[in-house]
Amino acid sequence: MNNYSSKLVNRAVDELSKLPGIGRKSALRLVLHLLKQDIHEVEALGEAIIKMRLEIRFCSSCHNISDDELCEICRNPKRDHSTICVVEEIRDVMAIENTGQYNGIYHVLNGIISPLDGIGPNDLNIISLVDKIGQKKTNEVIMALPTTIEGDTTNYYIYKQLTPFGVLITTIARGVAIGDELEYTDEITLGRSILNRTPYKGTTEYKD
Amino acid sequence: MFLEKLSISNFKNYPEAELEFSSKINCFIGNNGVGKTNLLDAIYYLSFCKSYFNLIDTQNILHNKSFFSIHGTYCKNDEQHDMISCTQKISQKKQFKINKKEYGRLADHIGLYPLVMISPYDRDLINDGSEIRRKFIDSVISQFDKFYLDDLINYNKVLYQRNALLKQFAEKNYFDSSSLEIWDKQMVKLGNNIFIKRKKFLTEFIPIFRHYFEFISGGQEKVTINYDSQLNNREFDELIAVSLEKDRFMRYTTAGIHKDDLEFSIFTYPIKKFGSQGQQKSFVIAIKLAQFEYTKKVKGFKPILLFDDIFDKLDDSRVEQLIKLVSENSFGQVFITDTQKPRIEKVFSTIEIDHKIFEIRENKAFEIPNGK
Repeated sequence: MNNYSSKLVNRAVDELSKLPGIGRKSALRLVLHLLKQDIHEVEALGEAIIKMRLEIRFCSSCHNISDDELCEICRNPKRDHSTICVVEEIRDVMAIENTGQYNGIYHVLNGIISPLDGIGPNDLNIISLVDKIGQKKTNEVIMALPTTIEGDTTNYYIYKQLTPFGVLITTIARGVAIGDELEYTDEITLGRSILNRTPYKGTTEYKD
Repeated sequence: MFLEKLSISNFKNYPEAELEFSSKINCFIGNNGVGKTNLLDAIYYLSFCKSYFNLIDTQNILHNKSFFSIHGTYCKNDEQHDMISCTQKISQKKQFKINKKEYGRLADHIGLYPLVMISPYDRDLINDGSEIRRKFIDSVISQFDKFYLDDLINYNKVLYQRNALLKQFAEKNYFDSSSLEIWDKQMVKLGNNIFIKRKKFLTEFIPIFRHYFEFISGGQEKVTINYDSQLNNREFDELIAVSLEKDRFMRYTTAGIHKDDLEFSIFTYPIKKFGSQGQQKSFVIAIKLAQFEYTKKVKGFKPILLFDDIFDKLDDSRVEQLIKLVSENSFGQVFITDTQKPRIEKVFSTIEIDHKIFEIRENKAFEIPNGK
């Protein structure tokens, strides 16, 4: 069916189209583009990918991507090591880092509990989180998981595991998005925001 | 609120039709298969954005035509006139417009022009499994309580997850109470919310239902609806704890509000087995009228009432009672279908009410003048 008159092209298209968001047509376009490129540039691309995959490591403390044993965030002495923010995946670390509002460290679970997808608590990095809190002094654990039923359930599981340590456990606020008109906010979110309202202190708090 | 004008093109068996309605009672009469119910379905479309009967929109297009359209003009508060249009072209998305402006989401429209349909299919409420009865109460409560719907959706998610976990335990032959407990906790919280709301709703709903049933039946028959829930006798967390062994054996969750049911009985016996067809029909009509009353209370104005095949299985005295009832001021606009012209005319000769009768033949509707 897919005869590109070259088995090499065919193979490259097969491999590229396994990537997320890339179908066979896009894959073929990329392959044809690479054929037009200077051979050194293509070599550099291939090398970068292979090197990235072979040499990347996961931080032994927070499971974030890292070039060394510990990631840059965990190695940074200026960060507050007594505050841990628990997230589902590496992308969430990047999202929170981009806000510039957080100076603590992270813990990447690498998923959330969902029996339907065959993911139980033991498939996640929960034991290392419990160990870390048992060993180092921790003031606060911030749960920044998705606001789905699976996210809530994972929150609760971790909460149960951490209760013996007497550490403060918080979750990120849920409610009306900043800059949103109330009339366009969906009823569930708005209703919950009313129920979980916060005390007003003269001005709405943002850290700058 | 009432429907003043309806015009349809290529909808089901109608190439073109245009009707002007009375704000009270409208009757469609004609033989089997002439398309009386299709007119009701067109009105249903304008309220719910879909057919009562056929969920595949394109199948409602007249054969060999490329589109259908339904336009309805509604009058609200005697002055505001809104035109609702629904157009479905073959292989295109359904378009829904209010005063020529298209809706962003169909959900924004549903509920603005409330309607209750009474049809011979309602007997499924009695004959089918408990799921259809839960669905009925859920749909009525969700109409005015979005939090209920949210809790219900989440409860079902938790239920699927918990069942998947129980299955894993059995297949991989292990058990971990701490990973089950976290789902139990969510389930109890959501389940209790749903239980309380269902119970509260039914306490208000059942007396209205009985009132209507007595009216139709002339007060001779004693009927009840009983909310049957495992949570009636036991706290949910306790219930989950005692069902654990059974759940593990069955590999699914055996206790909870997903097992709730409504028991319909007549003289304390199940109406499904011991009620005649006419009694069963009166029973479901009373349920639908109670739904009407409830919707009216919540919305603050009268929904439109569609009565498909009103004489089906009912004796003349019950039908006369029914028409008297819906002619009262507490009801608004009503649409009725029947096969017998003399029968309908006889009923209206005794009741003083504004009404219009349409005779349906050859895919057209003809108004029969009645001098009122």
